[in-house]
Amino acid sequence: MPAVWRRLIIFSVSLVPFLWLVYRTVTQQLGADPAKTIVLFTGEWTIYFLFITLSVSPLVKLARWRWLMTHRRMLGLFALFYALCHVAAYLVFILGLDLSRFFSEMVKRPYITAGMPAVLILIALGVTSTKGMMRRLRKNWVKLHRLVYAALILGWLHVLWQVRSSYFEAVLYGVIVLVLLGIRLYGYRRRAR
Amino acid sequence: MFIKSSADIKENEITPESVYRDRRRFMQMALGAGALAASPLASSKPGFMTETPLTSGPDWLAKQIAQAEAYDKKITDKLTPYEHVTSYNNFYEFGYDKSDPAKHAGSLQPHPWRVEIAGHADKTGVFDLEDLLGKVTLRERVYRLRCVEAWSMVIPWVGFELGELLKQFKPTSRAKYVAFTTLLDKKQMPEQGSRFSTIDWPYREGLRIDEAMHPLTILAVGLYGKVLPNQNGAPLRLVVPWKYGFKSIKSIVKIEFTEKEPATSWNVRAPNEYGFYANVNPKVDHPRWSQASERRLPSGLFSPNIIDTQLFNGYGDEVAQLYSGMDLKKYY
Repeated sequence: MPAVWRRLIIFSVSLVPFLWLVYRTVTQQLGADPAKTIVLFTGEWTIYFLFITLSVSPLVKLARWRWLMTHRRMLGLFALFYALCHVAAYLVFILGLDLSRFFSEMVKRPYITAGMPAVLILIALGVTSTKGMMRRLRKNWVKLHRLVYAALILGWLHVLWQVRSSYFEAVLYGVIVLVLLGIRLYGYRRRAR
Repeated sequence: MFIKSSADIKENEITPESVYRDRRRFMQMALGAGALAASPLASSKPGFMTETPLTSGPDWLAKQIAQAEAYDKKITDKLTPYEHVTSYNNFYEFGYDKSDPAKHAGSLQPHPWRVEIAGHADKTGVFDLEDLLGKVTLRERVYRLRCVEAWSMVIPWVGFELGELLKQFKPTSRAKYVAFTTLLDKKQMPEQGSRFSTIDWPYREGLRIDEAMHPLTILAVGLYGKVLPNQNGAPLRLVVPWKYGFKSIKSIVKIEFTEKEPATSWNVRAPNEYGFYANVNPKVDHPRWSQASERRLPSGLFSPNIIDTQLFNGYGDEVAQLYSGMDLKKYY
């Protein structure tokens, strides 16, 4: 299949959760607390896209899906897209654009304190994801983009610190984070030897 | 604005014109009759009667609920529609998403139901719900419900004053507290079998005896004039309107008079986050979110409906004297 087609398919599929959310919003199927539903949904998909993006290089190496590498940037940008939707929904729908409350919440609530830098990292990585930026930053580009691991761990803390009555999600995400980081650590050690 | 929720008919549900006309007439009648009787529920009745299937219980209960004494106080808050009250619930025995209880609570068998009365009282034993309800007067009560998660609803309950029931068992002088326990049954409440739960089931709650005897404290068996749906804690749940919602324990199987402060589920789970008293208080924040304001549901997307939270959820005139001289920051 030509790369253009693959690109189109991956783009469309990645957009499906967003379109589904828009559909449910317009048809008023979000229940009593639509704001919370939207914030939760976009937050979950941010994490899923981080997982998907970070699964690309292991899949390229282990399953030899080399064609996938060309689409990693788009998957990463979708993580950023859902993260921006998540923050925007929180600001507009939950806080009613009350910025002073936003800052006081950020200081007071550890899970927001963890979430914000994660989003800032994703923004920085998104901005520097172009070919021109790659050329300009050279070796530093790789170093900068390793921050995605920090965003991953911060995202996981963001979930963990909101646990109320069940650890299920936090444990499941934790296992995935460990696997994604473990694969890289293993590869790094083998190369160092 | 397209976001605002309403009882509009969806495109895919084309209603035959005759049915539609009948329904309109019925709604107008309900509205008219309601306005005449000055019933507090009149304005909300058409909405919940049109689309959402209502819960039916045994006839004796439905009949008793229908005959409940009407609420005579003036209601200034707008009622939360029936469909939201019954589809947005925290009832972790059935799942952790707000929509889980409505989806999964069908496994609960609330009828027949028995309640054990135990502890420091002259009369104790196990009683059929029907017998217990024979001893009390059912009343409608419209209360604000403030969840510790900073959202709130306004719900027309049908129930009876807990004190009216408790007095009949003649608690002794050693009865300083009242402890409540929810049903423990993994078959009926599947999440009680979950390995990832942070709560040690069954769910337990408690009140000081003077709080339990306060006329605002009720045990509810219905809402919106109908039998209490499973997801709302059928067949019997506590409602303490000046405390955070988690105090209002659902599907109660045991009521015990105790001398010492009973262990309560959320307090055991995270004592720094959830106190025994759990009185609504805008000045005492939960460690993970502010309690200064709340979002009154249903909230529209561009009108988040944020309102200031009131001390004792606005019931201070009635209940503040219970806590005179107490440091509410320490006993949160």
